[in-house]
Amino acid sequence: MSVDAATVRRIAHLARIAVTEAEVPHLQGELNAMLAFVEQLSEVDVEGVDPMTSVTPMEMKKRPDVVNDGEIADAVVANAPETQDHFFLVPKVVE
Amino acid sequence: MTDLTSLTIAEARTGLAGKSFTALELTDAHLSAIEAARVLNAFVLETPDHARRMARQADAKIAKGEGGPLAGIPLGIKDLFATTDVRTTACSRILGNFVPPYESTVTSQLWRDGAVMLGKLNNDEFAMGSSNETSCFGPVVNPWRRDGSDTRLVPGGSSGGSASAVAALLCMGATATDTGGSIRQPAAFTGTVGIKPTYGRCSRWGTVAFASSLDQAGPIARSVRDAAILTRSMAGHDPKDTTSVNRAVPDYEKAIGTSIKGMKIGIPKEYRLDGMPAEIEKLWTEGADWLKAAGAELVEVSLPHTTYALPAYYIVAPAEASSNLARYDGVRYGLRVPGRSIGEMYENTRAEGFGAEVRRRVMIGTYVLSAGYYDAYYLRAQKVRTLIKKDFEDCFAKGVNAILTPATPSAAFGIGEKGADPIEMYLNDIFTVPVNMAGLPGIAVPAGKDVQGLPLGLQLIGRPFDEETLFSLGEVIEQAAGRFTPNKWW
Repeated sequence: MSVDAATVRRIAHLARIAVTEAEVPHLQGELNAMLAFVEQLSEVDVEGVDPMTSVTPMEMKKRPDVVNDGEIADAVVANAPETQDHFFLVPKVVE
Repeated sequence: MTDLTSLTIAEARTGLAGKSFTALELTDAHLSAIEAARVLNAFVLETPDHARRMARQADAKIAKGEGGPLAGIPLGIKDLFATTDVRTTACSRILGNFVPPYESTVTSQLWRDGAVMLGKLNNDEFAMGSSNETSCFGPVVNPWRRDGSDTRLVPGGSSGGSASAVAALLCMGATATDTGGSIRQPAAFTGTVGIKPTYGRCSRWGTVAFASSLDQAGPIARSVRDAAILTRSMAGHDPKDTTSVNRAVPDYEKAIGTSIKGMKIGIPKEYRLDGMPAEIEKLWTEGADWLKAAGAELVEVSLPHTTYALPAYYIVAPAEASSNLARYDGVRYGLRVPGRSIGEMYENTRAEGFGAEVRRRVMIGTYVLSAGYYDAYYLRAQKVRTLIKKDFEDCFAKGVNAILTPATPSAAFGIGEKGADPIEMYLNDIFTVPVNMAGLPGIAVPAGKDVQGLPLGLQLIGRPFDEETLFSLGEVIEQAAGRFTPNKWW
């Protein structure tokens, strides 16, 4: 399988990465090289094989659903590019 | 007094206990070495004040007889581990000036045991790379050079700063992480020892995530014993990581010097590649002979799906990365590049914040998880992964205690020599990736040099949670091959 230019733009949008028109051909080449490399997996017989979901056999750990941390709003927003009154600020999303 | 930076952790521990020198003297010696070695670009942040404060605390505790197992031992920390109030970037522009208000579990355990942090170490951006050339802080230089040449070589990656700093005697040991070979490959390229413990052995909490089902922390050190000492402190159950395993941590150091008589060592025929350099073949045979001379039994084994590990990895790892890296959105931390809408802000931020390799992997991961392609790529790769793991299980079920392979298909290469073709770079990890896919422990031990005088390593792969056997076998190789130190040119 290989991707065309339109697919490259669609993937970039899904990944939320801006790409310029000038970058598309190069990215298309790189993505197709990777897809060609992984193509060899299609020759493996995976009939009846379960997909791996956990590399170490273990039971999913559970913990009590309780508040065990908090009251640290200053620390939570300390690294944010823009904040106001302990809120994260983003560009306007509702007109 | 001998140069304090050339001591092993085990030797320094004895010296500190015997009051031959103080922790502060030991730390100062390393801080000076770091300052004199900035040309290597191993550290992305030096924390001398922090280090001296921790060293003084260690001295006070040692004086009271309360020093922990690592009291006063100066270490470097890969910039993937969150360190409280100390900038942590994963060597990506997108994390910018991120200063965590929390400490990773692995590093907190090192400080609990008395270790001293010298600074943060360079790595490939988000640990994606095999040469440390994708770091936003620029490439790391390997302290090793080819005989008679001053070509700058890569230290391997992604833990290139860790490997370079340990090899160049800038720190006594370093933390590292390994998703597809990022501890073992740089260890092999720098003549150091690196172990990737079993998946679940060390907590992933507070370590910047790349591919969560493959990521595992471990140490890089100058001897097998030192690696064992550090692994003991780094390992252990952590309720904050659901995949962290709740089982006791053995005293790994006790495995050093234990007899390997009667152990069955597998030599997998699929690791004998066409066109493999003769010196790698020779190293492998030599390693097998050393283990045999120490009483082990060598058997040929087959891991039939080996060749599919790398392609399966390049679906699974990018898929998980695309999901993990979705959090970098310019809202809560790190870089923000403005846009006319919130969507444009996300896209601009991620385009500028991520380097080329990370963008490529996030896009591939997005593609293989997207509607219509999930089954063909991701699901199939996860099935192949089951088969890769089963190969190892079948082998261990036949009584094999560990598997011996080369660590890398070549010695260190020059900065800028590879990378035009991403696949060529990925092939560096051909011997290490299957171990991550199966969640097994693997250790790289220096075992010889190539014709140009560069170190080469052997890899030992163990049964799940049997790191002890790897330390015992690794020690036999170290005893036979000796230790490797680069000539100082910086």
